[in-house]
Amino acid sequence: MLLVLEKRAERSAVIAITSPLIAIALTLVTMSVLFAILGKNPIAALNVYFVEPLTDSFTLMEIAVKATPLVMIAIGLSLCYLANVWNIGAEGQFLMGAVCGSWLAVVTNGTGAGPWVLPAMLVLGALGGALYALIPAICKVRFGANEILTSLMLVYVADLIMDYLVRGPWRDPKGMNFPTTAAFDPVATVPTLIEGSRLHSGAVVACIVVMLAAVMLGRTIKGFEIRVVGAAPKAARFAGFSSDRLVLFTFAVSGALAGLAGIIEVAGPVGVLQPGISPGYGFTAIIVAFLGRLNPIGILIAGLFLALTFIGGEGVQISMKIPLDLTKVFQGILLFYVLACDSLILYRIRLITPYRKAADGTA
Amino acid sequence: MHEASPPPGPQKEPLLQAIDITKRYGTFAANDSVSIDLFPAEIHALLGENGAGKSTLVKVMYGLVQPTLGELRWQGQKVVLAGPSQARELGIGMVFQHFSLFDNLTVAENVALGLDGKETFAAMSARLAQVSQDYGLPLDPKREVWRLSVGERQRIEIVRALMQNPKLLILDEPTAVLTPNEADQLFIVLNRLKSEGRALLYISHKLDEVKRLCDTATILRGGKKVATCNPKEETAASLARMMVGADIGEVKAGSARATTVPRLVVNSLSLAPDDPHGTHLQSVSIEVKGGEILGIAGVAGNGQDEFFAALSGERLSHAEGSVIIDGKSAGQLSITERRRLGAAFVPEERLGHGTAPRMKLSENALLTGHAASHMVNRGFVDKPATLATVDRTTKTFDVRKAKRDPEAASLSGGNLQKFIVGREILREPGVLVVSQPTWGVDAGAAAVIRQALLDLSGRGTAVLVISQDLDELAEIADRIAVMFHGHLSEPIEAALATREKLGLLMGGSSAGQSAGQKEASHAAGA
Repeated sequence: MLLVLEKRAERSAVIAITSPLIAIALTLVTMSVLFAILGKNPIAALNVYFVEPLTDSFTLMEIAVKATPLVMIAIGLSLCYLANVWNIGAEGQFLMGAVCGSWLAVVTNGTGAGPWVLPAMLVLGALGGALYALIPAICKVRFGANEILTSLMLVYVADLIMDYLVRGPWRDPKGMNFPTTAAFDPVATVPTLIEGSRLHSGAVVACIVVMLAAVMLGRTIKGFEIRVVGAAPKAARFAGFSSDRLVLFTFAVSGALAGLAGIIEVAGPVGVLQPGISPGYGFTAIIVAFLGRLNPIGILIAGLFLALTFIGGEGVQISMKIPLDLTKVFQGILLFYVLACDSLILYRIRLITPYRKAADGTA
Repeated sequence: MHEASPPPGPQKEPLLQAIDITKRYGTFAANDSVSIDLFPAEIHALLGENGAGKSTLVKVMYGLVQPTLGELRWQGQKVVLAGPSQARELGIGMVFQHFSLFDNLTVAENVALGLDGKETFAAMSARLAQVSQDYGLPLDPKREVWRLSVGERQRIEIVRALMQNPKLLILDEPTAVLTPNEADQLFIVLNRLKSEGRALLYISHKLDEVKRLCDTATILRGGKKVATCNPKEETAASLARMMVGADIGEVKAGSARATTVPRLVVNSLSLAPDDPHGTHLQSVSIEVKGGEILGIAGVAGNGQDEFFAALSGERLSHAEGSVIIDGKSAGQLSITERRRLGAAFVPEERLGHGTAPRMKLSENALLTGHAASHMVNRGFVDKPATLATVDRTTKTFDVRKAKRDPEAASLSGGNLQKFIVGREILREPGVLVVSQPTWGVDAGAAAVIRQALLDLSGRGTAVLVISQDLDELAEIADRIAVMFHGHLSEPIEAALATREKLGLLMGGSSAGQSAGQKEASHAAGA
């Protein structure tokens, strides 16, 4: 018996919609096996992981807080991926956005500057992320460098730049040698939505980004250009769309969104620039983009779901002593299944019995 | 090599019988109870339009497809072909229309890949040289395939099939890629194979060839067998009627045409290919006047693709003045800017180049319409305008489809081609460049498209048609030029362009001379 992938005559609309659900189901089964191997009750663990966070208003708000950067980054990445441009370095663009925006917060710290500081920080954050993303984009267009490698490697460069700044020139003199900047002034802080909670107006920005992306992809010629270049490159050239310009555009937009997410994260829930501001948002957002079918509304839902895994992962660590790294394992397994299930949109699995002649070993 | 000695006389027993072959894909019957008998020492034609079921039937005979119903008999014995290797063991060989050759390997290496590998490479090479010499199909076993012409590549496929000494050889549209002279040479080889007692199944839709070459013809239409007849006793018109099921309307030229104003001018256009196996355009010059259809003939792969890309602006030329559209230098303008000058383009490849296959027709209307057809308003797509284009094209060009706005890939070849050509014609372009307008399109759709091109030129548009189909060019073109190895010959008045004359040019016999003339005339004009 042989397993073969057979091309379907038409793409399956049913699988296109259900593929993420199948992927989630398969992930949960795999996770249950993992829990069992660790000697934990899988049902109880999944309950703590996925159900308990939804029953408490604090954790619900935490989910929204975590989903905010994920959704913003994933929207940008989805534009790249739709155009067949592979930006893997959103984590680096997120950090560079945080660094560039924080610069203004650091230099205005304690000077009594006016309310223009926060908007200026957001602009700087978006610019920083965009310029940083343009490095791999220009390398690709000019020299044909593979953007997967260059964008990924630049993540570690960004990480070290930030590390240097918070340990060196930007370190808080009153911070007892901890590698962190001084706490941002109120004018440099993203306002919270609900008094006393960590839910901040960044969540509103994320929702606006989702709506703008939906309009752009569905209604504008730019969105059409992105989809054609990804789906049929030769037809796109025939249409007069330049793939080089689109590489620059999608990298710049996704970098700007990642950078904006970075500065909002620093100026919002965190409040200072310090190492560890991101638990890997830039990488998790890749999963969000694909789980959300590269569709803005899908990404919003997927972002909330992946945020739930962060919160649930903390939950099982506290209550069941399961290592937090399991969250990363979970996310990796999920991406694997999402991509695997996506191939079923265009292919079907078939069992075939080889002809007896071939099986007899004439070959 | 001559085990198959000439038979004493016409044998009564068929070599291969296909009996009531039915092949269904879902509810669609590609073959519906088709029977055919193939005799030794006979060339049997399989005639039919695209989609008539010819390919399915030969795939069944070659073991590539299992029939839903019906059986095959080989020399009277029932056989079930599990795959092509079993068909080859019986003695069935096939030459496909689309070659399966590796460009960067040599002739001998390519042949070795297709054989069973029971002999050493050296022995196989020697046998290859022997067979190619025996049959007058000269081939150098050590040459890389990318250096060879299309005709030579086909020889590899034929020799590869002959090296297995087949009793039945199936040829799928073998002359589609050949010049008239090359086709004549092929017919000599095929007659020789017939005289050796082999059976040949010859798939074609070129009626003249079939009348010349074949002893028997089986005609398929819509998956069913219409008739088996002797093509030599039929007229081309009666064969065509059986193929199509109706008389095909003649296309008629519009009345007052050909003005004196050149609307598309190409001046000494030279361009290196971006693909290492592509063709270098060598100082191509031509003028197309308003109201005229100019045909570019030539065997595929002689620079036509590069020429189309240079005209459309998918590739920019080095000099602004090398392409002039309605008096404006366009050599370095993008395809969008050329469209805004009133030019329109129809590429050869329908799916993936002319359309994005998985996108709706309305989106594919936007694909070329966004530049100049008021479909975009401040960056926003005017969806009703794109749908209106789809509706107008559907109505004017009789595009048949299952719903109002389906995916491009779901249309049949002929209907999609009508859409692609119609989409451009409805913009009333001043210049239209079309590549292979009716390639792989059924006769009805082809007539609609040719008529539309004639009507468009009748309204004053300059139309340039790149085509491998000489009959098509004879039908619609006013002047015909031939492309060979990146050179373009001087155009000939269509009335004076005999097949022999074009055939010589397509084989390159006087390309050097005409290129020389062209340079001389440029020197004089400058």
